[in-house]
Parts: sequence; C-alpha cells; structure tokens
Amino acid sequence: MSEFQIKKTPKDYDVCIVGSGAGGGMAAYILANAGIKVVLLEAGPLYDPAKNVTQMKWPWESPRRGASTMYRNFGDFDAAYGGWELEGEPYTRKDGTKFDWFRSRMLGGRTNHWGRISLRFGPKDFKRKNIDGLGDNWPIGYEDVAPYYDKIDQLIGIFGSKENLPNDPDSIFLPPPKPRLHELFIKEAGTALNIPVIPSRLSILTKPINKDRGACFFCAQCNRGCTVHADFSSSSVLVNPALKTGNVDVIPNAMVREVNTNSAGKATGVSFVNKDDKQEYTVNAKVVVLAASACESARLLLNSKSTQFPNGLANSSGVVGKYLHDSTGADMGGILPKLVGRKRYNEDGVGGMHVYTPWWLENKKLDFPRGYHIEYGGGMGMPGYGYGFGMQGTNGKYPGRDGKQKEAGGYGASLKDDYRYFYGASFGMSGRGESIAMEDNYCEIDPNTVDKYGIPVLRFHYKWTDHEVKQAKHMKETFAEIIDTMGGVVTYGKDGPENNYGLAAPGRIIHEVGTTRMGDDPKKSVVNKFNQAHEVKNLFVVDGGPFVSQADKNPTWTILALSMRASEYIIGELKKQNI
Amino acid sequence: MDRRKYLKTLAVGSLGATALLQGCETPKQEVAKTPAFTIDRTPDELAREQKLLSETFFDEHEMKTIRMLVDIIIPKDDVSGSASEAKVPEFIEFIVKDMPRHQTPMRGGLKWLDIQCMKRFNADFASCSSSQQIEMVDEIAFPEKAKPEMKQGVAFFNLMRDLTATGFFTSEIGIKDLGYAGNKPNQWDGVPQDVLDQYGLKYDERALAESVKFDS
Repeated sequence: MSEFQIKKTPKDYDVCIVGSGAGGGMAAYILANAGIKVVLLEAGPLYDPAKNVTQMKWPWESPRRGASTMYRNFGDFDAAYGGWELEGEPYTRKDGTKFDWFRSRMLGGRTNHWGRISLRFGPKDFKRKNIDGLGDNWPIGYEDVAPYYDKIDQLIGIFGSKENLPNDPDSIFLPPPKPRLHELFIKEAGTALNIPVIPSRLSILTKPINKDRGACFFCAQCNRGCTVHADFSSSSVLVNPALKTGNVDVIPNAMVREVNTNSAGKATGVSFVNKDDKQEYTVNAKVVVLAASACESARLLLNSKSTQFPNGLANSSGVVGKYLHDSTGADMGGILPKLVGRKRYNEDGVGGMHVYTPWWLENKKLDFPRGYHIEYGGGMGMPGYGYGFGMQGTNGKYPGRDGKQKEAGGYGASLKDDYRYFYGASFGMSGRGESIAMEDNYCEIDPNTVDKYGIPVLRFHYKWTDHEVKQAKHMKETFAEIIDTMGGVVTYGKDGPENNYGLAAPGRIIHEVGTTRMGDDPKKSVVNKFNQAHEVKNLFVVDGGPFVSQADKNPTWTILALSMRASEYIIGELKKQNI
Repeated sequence: MDRRKYLKTLAVGSLGATALLQGCETPKQEVAKTPAFTIDRTPDELAREQKLLSETFFDEHEMKTIRMLVDIIIPKDDVSGSASEAKVPEFIEFIVKDMPRHQTPMRGGLKWLDIQCMKRFNADFASCSSSQQIEMVDEIAFPEKAKPEMKQGVAFFNLMRDLTATGFFTSEIGIKDLGYAGNKPNQWDGVPQDVLDQYGLKYDERALAESVKFDS
C-alpha cells in the first residue's frame, strides 16, 4: 500500500467555502442562516480577538516594543498573522516587476487588522468606461448593489455623515466621532482650498447595534482586533455568528490545493493539505465558493487543471489572473509647529482617522483619469518602536522650548526635553486612488516553483502606466498645498519624477483585485454578474477577484455586498435545483 | 448596562480583575508564575521569542559602554529617571538580536568609538573620565557640524540616539514622562474646550449636531 493517502472528509456538504475573510465570512453567514450546510476552509489558525489579545497592551509588553517581525509584518501588536513573505510559501516576479503580496493566514483573514474604511462604490464607479473610455464597465450598476450595501450597513455597523455626494453614496450611518485637533487644522486648510474634509466612514460601532457586540471605547487600536468586537472583522462579526447556527464546520489550517471536478465538468469539492497533521484530504460539496483572496483564488483555479480544463478551471477565456490591479498610493507628512509643546489629553479616538477627503475633482480638467481619496493621520498616539527616530532631522529645524534654535542632534537633558516638546506635533496624509485594470498586469503559475506543500506558486507581472504616475504627482501637489495652508512643514514624502512621485509599488496598498473579473461575455470574463463561473455553474468566486475596476474606494464593503448578493443567488439556485 | 458601568467593567476586565484576585490570594499561596508574554503569541512566535531570549549578543565591555552612552543621551532629570533606569540597555541587547541589521553598525560603532578614544586619551570609552567621554561625544552628536573624519561616529551615534529614545519612551517610565494619556477605555467627545480656546478653534454646528453624543 502506498504510504501516501488521500483521506476523504466523512461529511458531505451543500457548500464548501475556501477562505474566511470578508467574502468567505459573508458567504458562510448568509448560507448558514438559510439552513445550508457549509464547510469553511481556512489556511490559518482559529482566531478571536477576545482570546488572542493584543488590545490595551503597553509597548513594554512586547520585547521589541511593537516593532514588526516576520510573523507580524504590521507590528507585534497587530492582529494580522503573516505579511509580505510567508515562510515556505514564496511567490515570484518577472520582467522587473515590483509587486508585493500581503497574505494573512488566520480566521477572518486580513479583515482582522484592516483600516475599517468602508466606502461604497458610486454609480460612476461601475461604468467608468462610459466616462473615459478606459477599462471596462461592470455588468452591474450601483442600483444592483445598493440594497446589499444597505443590509451590510445595518448588519455590521458603520459611522459617517450624510453628504449627498454624487459618487460617494451615503451609508446608513451611526454618528461619527468629533475630529481631533490636527484634523480640525486639516479641515480648516481643506476648506480654504475647496478640498472637502468630511467625517470618515469606518465600520466601528460608535453605538451598540446588538447584544453580541460592544460599543467602541476609543482606544485607537482596531488593527489589534477588538476584545468587545466593536469593529468589523469577518471572524468576530460573520464567522462566529455563522458557527452559532450549527450549520457551519470550520476546518482551520487547511491549505487548499485544487478544486476537484467530475466528468460532467462540475465542481465536486476541493483537495487540501492539513497543516497540522500534514495529511491530504478531500471534502465534497454541491457548490464550491472561492474566497481565498483575489490572487489566491486565481492561483487555485489555475492549479485546478484537468483534461476537461487544460488551461485551469473556468479559464477557457484565459482571463484568470489577468487585470490584476491595486490602488495607487502616495504619502506625505510633516510637523505642525503650532502643535509643539501641546497640552496632553487622551486623544486616542477610534482606530483610524476621524476625517477624510473623498475624490472631489473633475477629470476633464486634469491630465489623468480616475481619482483618489485622502486619508489623514497624526496626533498624540501611543509610542511604539520607531518613536523618536530621526530627532536630528527635527530639532535643528525649529526653535526649542526656550525659543532658541539649537544644533541638530545632541544628547542629554536638552535632547530629552525635545522628545516631549515635539510629541504630538506630527501628522501625515495618504492618497489612495484608482488605477486602470490592464490585461497585461497579471499573476500566473510560475512553471518552476512550488511552495512547501508542493503547490505551484504565483508569478507576478505588473507595470504602472503614466496614468498612475500622473495621479501620484497630483496627490503630492495637493498634499504640499494642504500642508502649506495648515502652516505645516514637510518632513517626508517630497518625491519627484525620479521615483514616480513616490507611487507605491503595486500590491503595497493591499487592495489587489480583478483576477477573476466579472462580465456578461464568457470569452472576456471569468464569472457572471452573480459571481458564478461562466463555465462551471456550481463554482463561485466572492473575494476581490471579480472586480472589473476598483474605484478610489477601499474594496471591503463591495466585497461584502457582492458576496451577500452571490450567496442569496446560490440559495435561490439550490432551491431551484439549478446547481 | 449604562455606559459608565460598561466602561468600568472593561477597565476592570482588562487589567484590574486579575490583580484583585491575585491580591486576595497572595498571603495564602505562592503567586502563580508570571507568564513570559501577556500578548497574543502564535506557536511560531513563541519559539522565536524563546530562542532570542536565550541568546546573548553584546559582551560585558560592550554592555558597559552602552549603559554609559544611553545615560549620556537620556539622563535622569527632574521629570523622570535615566535610560538605564528604564532598562534601555536590555532593550538594545534584545533589539539587535531581533533585528540583525543593527548588529554590525552597533558592534562596529562601539569598536570605532573605543579606537577613537584610545587614540585621543589612551583609554577605551568606558575607561575615560566623564569629561573625556563628553569631549568625544561632542564630536559625533551633532551631524551638521561634525568633522568629515567623524562621519562614521555620527552614523553610530544617530543609531544609538534612535534606539535609546525609542527604548526609553516606550518604557513605563518614558510613557509617563511623555504624558501619553490614552490606552484606557473612555468616551471621545472631542478636543477639550480649553485646548480649542488656546488655538482659537471650535466645532461647527453641524459637527456638534451630527457627532456621537454620550449620556453623561
């Protein structure tokens, strides 16, 4: 007998979901609540911020004072396990590509530490080709998604303000927190420049919405996960309630190898390796839902080759992996001299900005298509590793407490006082914009490389175009204008054409989407308008993969809305016995 | 539960309750062994932490020099204690093991400093008098006026200054010194009025009407 065996999971399910982030969590929640038997596979361990606690901890409770490690790229207190590189799970790049891929292997995926910025796409965002002739339109419009945005607002909770903006639709909002001091200065500057600065839109509960989740107690640490579940993460808000229905089995540490199919060309379930016992398993289900993240789901499809699907599953079009696109990003920040020596008080607030700037300009008057929003940071945050670095670049530029200009750098009591004096006077801003989805930006299977489970890995090919570079240039000009108007002094982010105006490498903003795009034409798209594979009717993709374009909005709220919509469609199709 | 009680419960739940329990039991029995980590650690993380904590990087002479340097950079003053009192040398020992990229600049920098002091004063830095140490530090602590031949020393001292400051202001002593007032359950109801007045600011009527309000 062979030493190598593939074990079959004893139970058969209605639906097998791969991945427990925003898309997978939402599918599990909707399907389980409809009485459907679900198996949810997650490549990482179980996680609950109420048990795996880093919230309300002090910097000295980490020996590295919160610095990042290979296991937590966003810092020792951050909720996300994983990061840009995972041990034994490489990815590769070709043709000089600089693409970075952030992966979080844990229940809830990347929703455990994300910024909670929860923006609806607007009517124009679904039909951009009609406006500028670039890229493609979505096969659906805002009116198709709006009812689901409404349901998600109420199910999950989001704060913000009613603004009636044409392409930044209002959610059903909880009240927002008041701006912090530096945010008032930003707002003042924005108003003078005709740049809107409005309350941010974050999925954090400023008021309780049900008995299961507490309200925010303003510790500014959403990225650490919330012990009272006052912010949205898929693990706390979707998967755990789904488990309570009794209709969901979660298999953690299950790294899915491929989607299995039968001779009729239907998906029958998936094969996976269990990271704990290192054994190979299969699990059978009537429907397979991929939600492993845009690139990971594309990888799964491309690795699911058979005689029937020699090009990878659901990939006769050859589109799987193509049209990969991330948000653009560029940053600038500085010091606000009027804030030095400021009075101390608890300024934590919610985990993130209290104000932001939605896209406000007309592209007709600009030399680039699409727009960006601006995120703001600053204030008297909790010091962590890196606090105080580079004082020699600050204390020689501004007069100290005694009004005298001193020599940069230094040591001793006078230096010690400089750290107090400048504390809380710095701020920063980041542009997050829409790039054009390009067929030639893609991930594919690297023909030469496998990961430690023997699964062929992804290879990335990605080039920014002039559109994105010009957008970054515009961001920098805007930031400099705002900072100047505030009376601030730039300390970082002065970039020029030599480095594409500081335009972040693709992948760095962690909004990568588009690899299994949605469309009406099976020759040009992977899934239909219900996230259902054109070629395999019982196969769905509900992560960021189906995005045709990503807007200048963070993708999570739309992933959630589309996953909810697809899940309701699955319920209907199962009832009608169509799948 | 009203909001005040809710906040109180949170405060007790996160820190207070265990302290209270331990407080009651201490006289009767041995206090349970303090866990090495009070923050979430995955098995991989724990294995690495234990490995790092079991290793030693700096030798005694290097640690002695680091101890002197950190207290020159952040001395005790009338607000708070010194860097060594805040255990900054121990933090630096850990961080160079955690971030190997700091190892050569630190070890080489310390050696560079000793060689400079040997040339000038015929003694290594730690064996120099305080006035000799300050004379040496003055050569490398001011990047913009340092002599070109002191550049390597400037780079080393910048790193020492960074690690000392970050180690100090992330310690219990340093956070108190800095006056960071957060990391506790509270209700954010905007910038305090006296601060708004100081900067001549106020919330506009719309912000006051729309923003979250708290019952008392």
